[in-house]
Amino acid sequence: MSEFKMPSLGADMESAVLMEWRIKEGDTVTKGQVIAEVETSKGVIEIEVFEDGTVEKILVQEETECAVGTPLALIRSKSEEPEELPEKEFISSKIESSISQPKTDTPMQEPEQAAIKPTREEELPVQEESSSETRVKVSPAARKKAQEMGIDLSVLASRSEGAIQLKNLETSVAAKEKAPLLSGMRQAIAKAMSRSNTEIPHYYLSIPINMTPALTWLGELNAKRSIDKRILPAALLIRAVVRALEEVPELNGYWQNYNHLLSKSINPGIAIALRKGGLITPALLNTQEMSLDQTMQALDDLITRTRANKLRSSEMTQQTITITNLGDLGVERVYGVIYPPQVAIIGLGRITDSPWAENDALSVRKVMQATLAGDHRATDGRTGALFLDTLNQILQKPEELL
Amino acid sequence: MKMNLELAKTFYRQMLLIRRFEEKSVELYSNEKIRGFLHLYIGEEAVAVGVMHALNEEDAVLATYREHGQALARGVSAKSIMAEMYGKLEGCSRGRGGSMHLFDAATRFYGGSAIVAGSLPLAVGMALADKMMKRKRVTVCFFGDGAVAEGEFHESLNLAVLWQLPVLFVCENNRYAMGTALALTESETDISKKAAAYKMTSVQVDGMDVIEVAKAAEKAAADIRTGKGPAFIECLTYRFRAHSMFDAELYRDKAEVKEWKEKDPLTVLQNILEKKKIWADIDLGKLEKEVSAVIDEAVEFAENGTLEPVSDLEKFVYSEEAVQ
Amino acid sequence: MSENMTYREAVREGIRKAMQEDERVFMMGEDVGRYGGCFAVSMGLQEAFGPERIIDTPLSESAFTGAGIGAALNGMRPIVEIMTTNFSLLALDQIMNNAATLLHMSGGQFNVPLVIRMATGGGKQLAAQHSHSFEGWFAHIPGLKVLTPASVQDAYDMIALGLADPDPVLIFENSLLYNSKGELDTAATALPIGKALVHRSGKDLSILAYGINLFKALEAAETLAAEGIDAEVIDLRSLRPLDDKTIMASVKKTHRVMIVDEGWKSGSISAEIMARINEQAFFELDAPMRRVCTQEVPLPYAKHLEDAAIPQPEKIVATARELMEEL
Repeated sequence: MSEFKMPSLGADMESAVLMEWRIKEGDTVTKGQVIAEVETSKGVIEIEVFEDGTVEKILVQEETECAVGTPLALIRSKSEEPEELPEKEFISSKIESSISQPKTDTPMQEPEQAAIKPTREEELPVQEESSSETRVKVSPAARKKAQEMGIDLSVLASRSEGAIQLKNLETSVAAKEKAPLLSGMRQAIAKAMSRSNTEIPHYYLSIPINMTPALTWLGELNAKRSIDKRILPAALLIRAVVRALEEVPELNGYWQNYNHLLSKSINPGIAIALRKGGLITPALLNTQEMSLDQTMQALDDLITRTRANKLRSSEMTQQTITITNLGDLGVERVYGVIYPPQVAIIGLGRITDSPWAENDALSVRKVMQATLAGDHRATDGRTGALFLDTLNQILQKPEELL
Repeated sequence: MKMNLELAKTFYRQMLLIRRFEEKSVELYSNEKIRGFLHLYIGEEAVAVGVMHALNEEDAVLATYREHGQALARGVSAKSIMAEMYGKLEGCSRGRGGSMHLFDAATRFYGGSAIVAGSLPLAVGMALADKMMKRKRVTVCFFGDGAVAEGEFHESLNLAVLWQLPVLFVCENNRYAMGTALALTESETDISKKAAAYKMTSVQVDGMDVIEVAKAAEKAAADIRTGKGPAFIECLTYRFRAHSMFDAELYRDKAEVKEWKEKDPLTVLQNILEKKKIWADIDLGKLEKEVSAVIDEAVEFAENGTLEPVSDLEKFVYSEEAVQ
Repeated sequence: MSENMTYREAVREGIRKAMQEDERVFMMGEDVGRYGGCFAVSMGLQEAFGPERIIDTPLSESAFTGAGIGAALNGMRPIVEIMTTNFSLLALDQIMNNAATLLHMSGGQFNVPLVIRMATGGGKQLAAQHSHSFEGWFAHIPGLKVLTPASVQDAYDMIALGLADPDPVLIFENSLLYNSKGELDTAATALPIGKALVHRSGKDLSILAYGINLFKALEAAETLAAEGIDAEVIDLRSLRPLDDKTIMASVKKTHRVMIVDEGWKSGSISAEIMARINEQAFFELDAPMRRVCTQEVPLPYAKHLEDAAIPQPEKIVATARELMEEL
């Protein structure tokens, strides 16, 4: 007994609808005879039987959709004996993909390249040996991230085989310790601060400064100006510090090899918080030559370029003193740590409304705690006190800072 | 041409082989043993058999995607054709061509083409080489009525006449280019006239009569070999089946098909042989048995064939050694 | 022994020598015979070899290209000249569906030892239909080989290389190069198909170019040298197959690469080279790869527009400078 199946009539044919039987059970059929019609996407096509025989059983009713290969009828070929049909269920309309599977199980092998074999020696220009033995192989993404994180790639490369990718940056850091990412910047700060604490004998002084006159004056000044020309309090303070350093130059310089070197230019390092965390103190260069307006412009420019990671190396190396103005974070008093080889660090706290005693009367003023940490090898408390006092005086006459 | 028993048997046997081979292919395709496209030659057998009769071993043949008849008549073995359609390594093209791209260097069979009219320029070039090398060979190019619309048909015929090349152009006009009737695509439906317009020797023959075809081919080939330039034979024929397996034949009348079936080339030859009183000596039963055995052997060969290793996929993109 | 001659003369001498040495070699194309060739390449050849071997064809690109394939199949060694790349479109079916496929499709039985020569490129104010550069496009097709001779030496050598190759070889001669002059040493061993050539060794960046762009790149390299930028300039010579080895060695050396390609950039040979460098030398790159290609426009007639559209030494210099600046 053979099965008469839904034929494949095209590579993209998946199924067809059996429309009409041209024969019925019991009919004799000959090879090549059309025994049914099927409806395909291209129209109605006649289908034929491929052997001589008798139609034993019709398995699929008319107007039924069948996948290619579905048995449609049973044909008993001429030579067969009639037999009892086993009771079987025949699936009539299952729509399945009829794509046949490849019969082989051979795994995919690497295709061989048909190589072009040169038949003659060719003289080629000799190329220089590349230096990639010493070259650090880093993916662009990892290179970028390493730069942001301040990771030293050559150190990392010496420890990893192959190329460095993003995951290597993360694992290298995780391998170190469970502590959060110690960026290159943090490492640098840690180094400097340790050294500072170890080497520099700090003294600390502080003075409360009445900022009301200065702020009032500044407010009036700014009111008369367009927005882009307004002066921020920070610029005023920096200008004041610069002026004070001109009076007390001993704090503006370096301590190197038991020599106290004063600097002619006043390049205060301004502590600027970075968006991604971390603190950086690039210098405003040559502020002794700047007016208040110029100081403001320079500060604005410095902050912008700091955030855009576009500082010049001189700004990172030529600080002569540091001003840390953490006032906007709400701290009233800052006891700074001096960045060697500088000899002082000025802290300016948050300006708060505070009680102010003057002339036997109590009132409220905008008060800022100014502190100074000094390197006791270079200067002593007297110099520091003089500086703070000068600073205070200057800030009482803000109009002179223009 | 002497029509003797020997020749009669050869003609009938060859046409019968093609007929049964094609019928078997229908079954195999329906059972998904043969995939891709299948274009059947049923009804057109007289053309291939008649033309091949006029050719020598050194001649070359170019055909179309409807090429099983030409291949078998040329002497490409049924085994290698069947294995090819099964996609097996033992096929004439290592399983890479399938039904439409049968190639066989031993019989100088230069393939079917899936691009209508694509092989006419090749035939022109092959003939050009023969002429340049002073070889007395004929290059036969089979194509259908559909090819006549392509620019390459005109370019090729023009070149062949211009350069007097030994090409035999055989147009199998089965009246339909896939699903479009000739009358709907050509302003001048007499194709032999078009060739004549290029000053090519051109005849039109009854493509259902193998003897007529053979006679015309013999004459044309003889002329070509004596350097008389290219020749054109338009064979009026008909395919009894659809363009390919997946074709509902919405474009032609069932009545027309029935009418042409009465001119079945096997029947036509039988009638002629009966008139000549040599039909009885043909022994049809024996021929059927022989043909059946050849086809069964071919199917078994294909079934047992192997697949080309995937690692050989890039083999023969380029030649591996310089060919002299 | 070296001789100074034009690129045109070098091609002619290459054809002449091939035809003298092998009677199977012949050339056919439009106006190659009596006219002497549209670009005068075959001037005098028909007189020397006769009209049976230097054949004037009708304007039937498909038929005569297909005939070239047929003749190659049947024992000859034809050179088909398609007047320009622009007309090759009419022969695409024969090239893509026959020349490129016959060997593979026949299971290795029939190879096609055919050479097709075409003039290519823009820059002569011939407008959109006459200014194409399709060599990169043809290089997409397995089964074909694509050569782009830039130097006079290669213009000569590649004829022989193409004819010796058992498979179809397409040779693209930039039409603006025909008048260029250079040294030809007919006794020198030819650099094989598939080998690129370092014309100028450098350490800062690699400029990969082919055809006429080789010279634009060399000119740019001189300008760059004056600015302290040391460019390595490589003539690709063969677009299929590409010389990956030479390319990657250069990338490894300079870590910065740019490609000059007269095709449009989308899906071009420059895109392919960039993909390969990405695959094979990713970690050698210190900067994104760059390229100078023709602007994505059909080429216009007006000179200033056409000049703006196709690669120029100035653009190569500017791109090289940017490449050096990249962070």
